[in-house]
Amino acid sequence: MSVWRLVVREINHRRLNFLLSLLSVTVGVACLIGAQTLLKADRVTTGQLLNDRQAEIEIAVAEKQKAVEKAGKELQDAIRKQMLGLGFNVLILPEDQELSELHLNGTMSATMPEQYVDKLAASKIVTVNHLLPSVTKRIHWDERDREIILVGTRGEVPILHRGMKKPLLAEVAPGKIVLGHEIHKQLELKVNDSVTLNGSDFTVSAVHSERGSVDDVTVWINLAAAQELLGMQNLINAILALECECSGDRISQIRAEIVSILPGTQVVEKYSQALTRAEAREKTKQSAEAALAAEEKAGQKLLTQERSARRQLEDRHAGFAAVLTPLVIFASLLMIGLLTFANTRQRTSEIGILCAIGLTTPKIMFVFLSKAAVTGLIGGLCGVGLGLTTGVLLGGLPSNGITLPDLFATGGLLTTVASAPLLALAMTGIASWVPALYAARRDPAAILQGD
Amino acid sequence: MLLHIDKVSKTYRRKSGDVCALQDVSLDLDAGEFVAVRGPSGCGKSTLLMTTGGLLGPDSGQILFNGKNPYELSPHARAEFRGRSIGFVFQQFHLVPYLDVLDNVLAPSLAVASTSNGVRDRAHDLVKHFGLMKRSHHVPAELSSGERQRTALARALLNEPQLLLADEPTGNLDGKSADTVLSHLQEFAENGGAVLLVTHDERAVPFADRVIHLCEGRIESNGS
Repeated sequence: MSVWRLVVREINHRRLNFLLSLLSVTVGVACLIGAQTLLKADRVTTGQLLNDRQAEIEIAVAEKQKAVEKAGKELQDAIRKQMLGLGFNVLILPEDQELSELHLNGTMSATMPEQYVDKLAASKIVTVNHLLPSVTKRIHWDERDREIILVGTRGEVPILHRGMKKPLLAEVAPGKIVLGHEIHKQLELKVNDSVTLNGSDFTVSAVHSERGSVDDVTVWINLAAAQELLGMQNLINAILALECECSGDRISQIRAEIVSILPGTQVVEKYSQALTRAEAREKTKQSAEAALAAEEKAGQKLLTQERSARRQLEDRHAGFAAVLTPLVIFASLLMIGLLTFANTRQRTSEIGILCAIGLTTPKIMFVFLSKAAVTGLIGGLCGVGLGLTTGVLLGGLPSNGITLPDLFATGGLLTTVASAPLLALAMTGIASWVPALYAARRDPAAILQGD
Repeated sequence: MLLHIDKVSKTYRRKSGDVCALQDVSLDLDAGEFVAVRGPSGCGKSTLLMTTGGLLGPDSGQILFNGKNPYELSPHARAEFRGRSIGFVFQQFHLVPYLDVLDNVLAPSLAVASTSNGVRDRAHDLVKHFGLMKRSHHVPAELSSGERQRTALARALLNEPQLLLADEPTGNLDGKSADTVLSHLQEFAENGGAVLLVTHDERAVPFADRVIHLCEGRIESNGS
């Protein structure tokens, strides 16, 4: 006959007491494990959600960035082309050129050496990107008997200290002529037609569409041809400069820079529409960058909000667990203690006879504590199972695709789960100790005499 | 002399007043002797039994078992002494309700270390001896009063005690069952054991070697 046989028989005999004790231990351990699992699940879910969100934001920002870059490039190209159509930003003229002549007649009488453009191109000028020397004169086209503005240009002069850029304006080749809208329309000229301009023969290489400006009554030929035609060898009237990056507030800087290189010249803003467009481009760029920054900021804000919401949820769960778990464990301990005490009351006669037949106080305690150990061990294992299941379900792990091994991999939970049966043993041991001691110390004489 | 009880007194301290259960009780018991202590209810018979069995320390006087006072032993040693030397039988049987007859008989082996096969064989022998073989796997609730008391008697004898203390063992039994139990007690004494039976049952008288009358905690006649 062993104590364990006695314990098993007694458990089988008083099943309700045992089941209630088992339930108490199970609930206590399940609460602890459930709370730990839930908190761990919260942490893992939070990590996963934030990672997913971060990835989503990064993808969205990258897409936005790509879109902004693409739109920026498209815009830049479009503006570049528009600016090509519009003309140049600034016009460099001899200092003594009357602007009224230019504005009223569309022509210029003052000249400056052609080498000026080379001097400017060889300088370290940083504000101007493209240079175009020209002669401009209002002349009478004898063969066609009409007034025109003749522009001679040799094409773009590369700025030496920079890499070559794609020229904005193609040079008018020698022997070729480009006609403004009004000219080619009235004279019924088209590309490849041959024309004679004041004794010189040209072939029409291009005809412009209507611009609504002096360009419509302008004819462009090669600079050298124009100089010869006008008797202005090595002289030019103006240098057209395009400042691609410029904005309104930089015109004074451009002026100062050019005049310092080419003394005796004046710089006038030409086609303010171009500047406006350039500013618009800058604004658009800034706005796109701002939109990108706003997207990033919104993403970060969303992430922060998500993190904050998850933290609040975690804190709420942790707070709930911090209150509920000790309460449930305490209630379980109390319940186990009361049930053990009730059990000792039920077993009064047995305690008396066990004393009488020679069982010592420690051995009687051992009888009760052995039952507590069985209860604790089984209840602990049941509690672990119930707690893990509850924690997993409450933590919404199946829907998030998180598995138990994922939780165990984060560490901590495995130790808690492994130590839970030991904790349950300790719980039942502590709760049963006092009733067991009470039972072992009962006066057997009083019991056996039926007192 | 197996048991020497010398001027033992015992008083219960109660809120309602002290109750003197034993007063200068002296008694000797030899091995092989069957002594019945008779007296009315409340005369101190059970107290005498508990005191003799090492379960209730006397206020004064001494009890010597084989010349040794069990109350001078440590609680642990006294429990072991009870387990090895004394067997108890009670009116209420005090069987463990969830153990069957065989396991109830084996219960004292929890207290005394012995080889499991040896003690199990002895338990079987006792169950057989007391006519309980057919009931060996029945729990007390399924037994008659006589069977319960025979189970309790078998349990008391498992560790081969020298002294058997019986407290009203026939109190809940019919005549036939009472005779059976008393016969077994007599048999135990005849086989060299000592029996101290406290009872108010007159049926016990013929079985006892000596009858002592106890009244209000005092021995009125030492019997013969």
